[in-house]
Amino acid sequence: MAETLDLTIYVKRQDDGTAHLDLAIEGIDCAACIDEIEGGLCKLPGIVGARLNYTNHRLAVEWRDGQMSPAAVVAELHRLGYRAHPFKSRLVEEEEDRRAKWLLKCLAVAGFASMNIMLLAVSVWSGNVTDITPETRDFFHWLAALIALPAVAYAGQPFFQSAMGALRNRRTNMDVPIIIGILLALSMSVVETINSAEHTYFDSVVMLLFFLLCGRYLDQAMRRKTRAVASNLASFRTEVAHRIEENGEIALMPTAALKSGDRVLVRPGERISVDGIVISGSSDIDESLVTGETAHRAVMVDSQVYAGSMNYNGTLTLTVTAAGKGTLLDEVERLLENAATAKSRYVQLADRVAKIYAPVVHAAAAITAVTWIVTGASVHDALLTAIAVLIITCPCALALAVPVVQVVASGALFRAGVFLNAGDVFERLARVDTVVFDKTGTLTLPSMSVVDAGNMHPDLLKAASRLALSSHHPLATAVAQMASDCRPYDDATEEPGCGVRAVVDGREMRLGSPAFCDAQVLADQAVASDPFASVIAFSWGEEQIVLLVRQALRPDAAAIVQQLRQRGLDCRILSGDRPEAVAPIAAALGIALWRGGCKPADKIAMLEDLKAEGRKVLMVGDGLNDAPALASAHVSLSPISAADLTQAQADAVFLGDRLRPVLSTIEIACRAHRLMRQNLGIALIYNLIAVPLAFLGFVTPLVAALAMSGSSSLVTLNALRARGRASKPIPEAPPSHPVPAAQGA
Amino acid sequence: MEVLIYLVPMALLLGLSGLAAFMWSLKSGQYDDVQGAAVRVLSDDDMRK
Repeated sequence: MAETLDLTIYVKRQDDGTAHLDLAIEGIDCAACIDEIEGGLCKLPGIVGARLNYTNHRLAVEWRDGQMSPAAVVAELHRLGYRAHPFKSRLVEEEEDRRAKWLLKCLAVAGFASMNIMLLAVSVWSGNVTDITPETRDFFHWLAALIALPAVAYAGQPFFQSAMGALRNRRTNMDVPIIIGILLALSMSVVETINSAEHTYFDSVVMLLFFLLCGRYLDQAMRRKTRAVASNLASFRTEVAHRIEENGEIALMPTAALKSGDRVLVRPGERISVDGIVISGSSDIDESLVTGETAHRAVMVDSQVYAGSMNYNGTLTLTVTAAGKGTLLDEVERLLENAATAKSRYVQLADRVAKIYAPVVHAAAAITAVTWIVTGASVHDALLTAIAVLIITCPCALALAVPVVQVVASGALFRAGVFLNAGDVFERLARVDTVVFDKTGTLTLPSMSVVDAGNMHPDLLKAASRLALSSHHPLATAVAQMASDCRPYDDATEEPGCGVRAVVDGREMRLGSPAFCDAQVLADQAVASDPFASVIAFSWGEEQIVLLVRQALRPDAAAIVQQLRQRGLDCRILSGDRPEAVAPIAAALGIALWRGGCKPADKIAMLEDLKAEGRKVLMVGDGLNDAPALASAHVSLSPISAADLTQAQADAVFLGDRLRPVLSTIEIACRAHRLMRQNLGIALIYNLIAVPLAFLGFVTPLVAALAMSGSSSLVTLNALRARGRASKPIPEAPPSHPVPAAQGA
Repeated sequence: MEVLIYLVPMALLLGLSGLAAFMWSLKSGQYDDVQGAAVRVLSDDDMRK
């Protein structure tokens, strides 16, 4: 490939005459790579600096503008053995970065304050039982107030903002009782300090904030890590297109640089990377990634084509249309809008608990105050006890119970090759009782493979797959996957529209259409045996074979579907492909309930029916046509090979050739959900013990501090169990030959 | 106990300087690549020239 990719749109020009480029690097596996990459690049003339971030595998390169081209950087990295992909950080990620830094600052302030206040508080506690003078105690209390007030004002911001946001929408969340508790405890402590009383609660308040911020920060950090890996993966797939320039020259461009109206050339065997209209040429295209339909569609001048389709036999010239134009995309966008508005806002477990919890706690505090006044205590003492009730019930453990489990469980998912898009997935996944699969690209592998290799003579197969290395045709690529010897034959020549040929051992070898290989009869027989497969023929001298190529099932699909059913989940298939093509897959997997030929709207209608039956549906799909269904399902998963729009709708994305992550996700989610409820239970029991004590006036600041840290630690330790036994990383799936779907009913 | 009058503020001042140091390190990007920092210390790039 002599062509170089034009990276200019990714280069940032800086004021000091340098240019800056961010790259996501593939192939970093050890610390020595840092030196190799940075050292190697710095030898290039014109490079000002290269810095590799080993945590997220991104490289920042700077050079003096005009002295070298960005392509030289990529070429040098390629020479060193790394693949580099231009990287453009997404807005969401930058926003998350900022938020994580802010949370860390709040955490640092709260940590500093809680340690220093504890120093003062412990002195007061021990002084109270020995010989502290009231003057010293007041001095310590004033100092504590001096630290606590600004610290809470700063470090409490995340909670103030979230509580205000909820109240403005006339909802409550966990942060509302937290904020009420914190503010009341602070103001009471200040009043007590002015009255030079014995007890203040500055230490409890700041410690509470510190614990809560720990939970928030960890949650955020986990999500950020997942997002960084996911967006690296996205940039590894940077789509490119051949743009036809004004002067007729062809330049390789990232699709992000294309504008509507540009002309793009698509050669046979290339994936179409833009939405557009054909202006010249004709071809058959495979739209399985878009619509799920595996039969090829003939396109000619004025046909609409979609990004993600595979171009088979003819060269096409397209004009790029603006995103969102075209009948299919329009429909998908419209359905997505409806699905998004119709999707009932799922109320998170913690918020549901808070909805009941807050009124109960506040009522308990009020009852305490009234009871104490009625039984003859002073108003001051009554208020003090009521506030002690509020402080002790301030949902420290409750607010940690859910996020800590989420952090640990998303770590477990991350190791299983699943990336979460949404935070509340666990709760929704745990309730799932029906799994709906898309067929093409979800149950089957996104790429083609040879299905009848077992029946062929191994020598012929070996020769065919080695010859296939010299062709770019999608069918040949499928054959080439089987090659054990990855050296293409020296003098292989490709004849466009026919196939490849080479002379080996004095006999001519051909791979291509049945007519080209003179194997029409054999091909007719093969097609008769499997009408949904494509055929590719191979001849070597007099010997001929015909290979059937189509999308095979994911290697572990049958086993996983069976295990899902054993868990009591109802598995179904909703496919955009023809019913005749879905039937054998459904039979191979033992799925009785399936439907083919579904339009995006049909899929949504089916999901709505299931919803009306009271089912909670997990939708697993990858095509553009699945995006609305993913959005409207209770919870959704999609493979990493899915269309971008579809991935954006899915709650989680899984990696690899196997279907196992679907099962792991459900297992981990169920475990996480169980632990969340256990943790809430622990928090509840803690409150059942603590509230009566506080009610009776036994809660001194020392008891409050012990109770709060004790319950928080207990909940956190329990959450660690979400890691589970299966915490070892799943080894990269070996490039095994996919198991073909069994034929017949 | 008069010693507390300057001892306690001094302790606070020390704590504050620790906080300031953390804020500075956060701002200067020392937490951007935590894993990288751990392995860079092993590289002998200072020996090259």
